[in-house]
Amino acid sequence: METTILEMRGITKTFPGVKALSDVNLDVREGEIHAIVGENGAGKSTLMKVLSGVYPAGSYDGQIIYRGGEVQFKNIRDSEHQNIVIIHQELALVPLLSIAENIFLGNEVAKNGVINWDEARAGARKLLAMVGLKEDPDTLITHIGVGKQQLVEIAKALSKEVKLLILDEPTASLSEKDSTALLELLLEFKKQGITSILISHKLNEIKRVADRVTVIRDGRTIETMDKADISEDRIITSMVGRSLEDRYPDRVPNIGETLFEVKDWSVYHPLHADRQVVKNIALHVNKGEVVGIAGLMGSGRTEFAMSVFGRTYGQKISGQVLMNGKVVDTSTVRRAVDAGLAYATEDRKTYGLNLIDHIKNNVTIANLPGVSRNGVLDDMAEMKVANDYRKATNIRSSSVLQLTGNLSGGNQQKVVLSKWLFSDPEVLILDEPTRGIDVGAKYEIYTIINKLAGEGKGILVISSEMPELLGICDRIYVMNEGRIVGELSGDEASQEKIMRAIVRAEGRTA
Amino acid sequence: MTTETAPTPSEVPTPVSAGPSGRSILQANLRDYGLVVALLAIMVFFQIFTAGTMFKPVNLTNLVLQNSYIIIMALGMLLVIVAGHIDLSVGSVSGFIGAIAAILMVQYHVPAIPAGLLCLVLGAIIGASQGYFIAYVKVPSFIVTLAGMLVFKGLSLAVLGGKSVGPFPTEFQLLSAGFIPDVIGPITLVAPKLDAAGKAIVGSSIVLHSTTMVIGILIVLAMVFSSLRTRARRRSHGYDSEPFPLFVVKTAIIAGLVLYITYLVASYKGLPNVLIVMSILIAFFVFMTKRMTIGRRIYALGGNPKAAQLSGIKTERLTFYVFTIMGALAALAGLIFAARLNTATPKAGQGFELDVIAAVFIGGASALGGVGQVAGAVIGAFILGVMNNGMSILGINIDLQQMIKGVVLLGAVVFDLYNKNKA
Ligand SMILES: Nc1ncnc2c1ncn2[C@@H]1O[C@H](COP(=O)(O)OP(=O)(O)OP(=O)(O)O)[C@@H](O)[C@H]1O
Ligand SMILES: [Mg+2]
Repeated sequence: METTILEMRGITKTFPGVKALSDVNLDVREGEIHAIVGENGAGKSTLMKVLSGVYPAGSYDGQIIYRGGEVQFKNIRDSEHQNIVIIHQELALVPLLSIAENIFLGNEVAKNGVINWDEARAGARKLLAMVGLKEDPDTLITHIGVGKQQLVEIAKALSKEVKLLILDEPTASLSEKDSTALLELLLEFKKQGITSILISHKLNEIKRVADRVTVIRDGRTIETMDKADISEDRIITSMVGRSLEDRYPDRVPNIGETLFEVKDWSVYHPLHADRQVVKNIALHVNKGEVVGIAGLMGSGRTEFAMSVFGRTYGQKISGQVLMNGKVVDTSTVRRAVDAGLAYATEDRKTYGLNLIDHIKNNVTIANLPGVSRNGVLDDMAEMKVANDYRKATNIRSSSVLQLTGNLSGGNQQKVVLSKWLFSDPEVLILDEPTRGIDVGAKYEIYTIINKLAGEGKGILVISSEMPELLGICDRIYVMNEGRIVGELSGDEASQEKIMRAIVRAEGRTA
Repeated sequence: MTTETAPTPSEVPTPVSAGPSGRSILQANLRDYGLVVALLAIMVFFQIFTAGTMFKPVNLTNLVLQNSYIIIMALGMLLVIVAGHIDLSVGSVSGFIGAIAAILMVQYHVPAIPAGLLCLVLGAIIGASQGYFIAYVKVPSFIVTLAGMLVFKGLSLAVLGGKSVGPFPTEFQLLSAGFIPDVIGPITLVAPKLDAAGKAIVGSSIVLHSTTMVIGILIVLAMVFSSLRTRARRRSHGYDSEPFPLFVVKTAIIAGLVLYITYLVASYKGLPNVLIVMSILIAFFVFMTKRMTIGRRIYALGGNPKAAQLSGIKTERLTFYVFTIMGALAALAGLIFAARLNTATPKAGQGFELDVIAAVFIGGASALGGVGQVAGAVIGAFILGVMNNGMSILGINIDLQQMIKGVVLLGAVVFDLYNKNKA
């Protein structure tokens, strides 16, 4: 009864200096949720871009057979005409247009070039209801969170009468709740007969919703598993080529005196001067300690970190930052760095990388004095630094001279991390350090964190993945609506306790 | 499509920097080589169609003199454009500085050197004040410098009272019209033929300005030595560099060209003073953009301002500096132009900004910022200059000249985009 809706045969795609895909096969059955997993840079996104016509026919070798016939897409429109819709790893919405405008962008409800706004709004409302998003269609995209933006993308896909929906890491930047809602939606679509291809590094999600899983490693298909065979361990073994005993490396904490301390920290929204985003926060990190900040999306964790790091967020900032017991000035990024702080951003494209420059220059940019003398750069020293970090964080690239814009998402994340590791801080603030990173590389990043802690540095990790915080932290703060609402030691902390702290706080404010 | 390296399997440790292979180095530099080749091709084209006028020593010397001010401003403009901005005011500013120089030297009899220095400082201040609005008040550079363009155009008119002011004292004219002294003494390569009356026939002899020749040879030696050293250093650190034959050919061509041009220049009046000033500036800007931290920071700023700021780069101050440098260079260009014409006219400098900006874009800079090379901008300026020069010799109408230049600009950028998409 199961018919194959899509078959990709012998796909090979080469970029200058990199063979991203070699002889990849994929077959997807009608109405299933087919997951694709693989390490960072394995070629998942590339394969989907081949499928959706981002890379036009002719720029790759191999065959695509869709609904019984061979197809050759020259661009995305071609694939959309065949009801294949892709939602990219990096969202493609126009921030200053409304939800409705974005949904119908390029597909306007118009007669002779004149848009019928009433109809567009009505249509948008219907689509938003289908994805379960309660927002006014006139709301601008910038004013809604990433989770909701993701839903708008899906609504946009639905407006095109999608038959095959491709989602590239849709839940990477979503909270647990939003992720669950999105996965529910996929299951709902499945009932309606829509086929989905789902790329994700969150293996628990895959286990939950996927009917079959195809594993890609180094640009080759390794295997396709059936529902019955899917287990996280099995996927990992297949992905990295060996089994991973532990998700979190062992470490014996050796915690010293207080290194970093923030007192009574308050921040207001940059545009709305009366909206307090961070409310009288006090926290500290000891030498050799890994401290986590848990919380839901929008709880003010990133805002807190950025306001501390050179006041790069917010206004009317008040409070004190202390290093080794002495008050330090962190009012500009330079001063914060000089004081021994580093902040690796969660938003690599906007805040983290110069995408039109190569890995080497991105790694050294925050610490040029470290590779120069009297303002003159030592290019050999730079090459060495870049190569060392490329190896340490296992960045998959043709060389350190590859443009960061051409790296896979996870590898870009590793470049951001390398940059701040090289700045050699006393206290390293990591904001969602493993977003979009594969399980194997996560382990390596945890190992690096442990090594830094072992050297007596302080690490502050902001993460929305609770298991990660539980796995690596000595102490966890729980943050909610700009306030610290709980503090748990690593031994006593558990997912339930964190959630309970949040719920209790919400009950109090409500 | 090239198929070179397969991705390394995760079991095999990645080699310490598989540096780019010779072929990919060639590919990466295709544009740079292409630019040089284009310049040479254009020169040869005009050499043929102007019946050998293009490469005449006197013409080459003129070419340098005529384009020096554009090239000098292109250096600053490159920084501005790489930083993600634009400066439309440079033409007006250079005209204004020329006017001030004339007032100082001609009307107030201030000696050339203090007057010139004063003008450079004034240019830097003008650049800084525009930079202040751009960097700190955050007014888009397009608007600030558009305003500057109008203001300084008006100011030049006002300062000069609508008239031309000149001539300049002779020592100031030397800036543009002077040549370095021949301390070693001329060498006669071919003795002049004598006519029936026993007088030398003009142009029949070749007398070399030997100091120029010596300087040229020294420069070539220094160049070869330094590129050999860089190469050895790369090798000793285990990095690939271009294949040896390619290296030899490239170095030989460049050395040959420099020597030939030196020879040509030496067989006229020797090195013009301007060329010395210009060469030092070019060398410094190449060094600054390639090897100095400030240069690296400017590229980072243009590539992603937010990321640069979060990396601890003082983006505002850096922008401010870039415009200050631009102002000083516009002033220098204004001085050179005034010295060349030997008068300051209210119309001086008008439209220069277009040539300067075009040179930078022909040279491969990106309008979005973060991309561009000093060498590219200089060659871009020479391409425009050679075309101006050649078309004038050919007597092509100014209207047609403009059109051809426009098409070349568009063509160069289209070529760039095409190359980028193919990669
Ligand atoms: N435009 C490009 N030019 C050169 N190389 C590229 C380009 N796009 C992708 N690559 C390379 O192709 C490989 C596969 O990249 P791809 O984005 O498909 O990985 P991925 O499996 O999606 O990884 P991730 O999980 O990190 O998103 C990587 O090595 C990447 O560096
Ligand atoms: Mg990807």
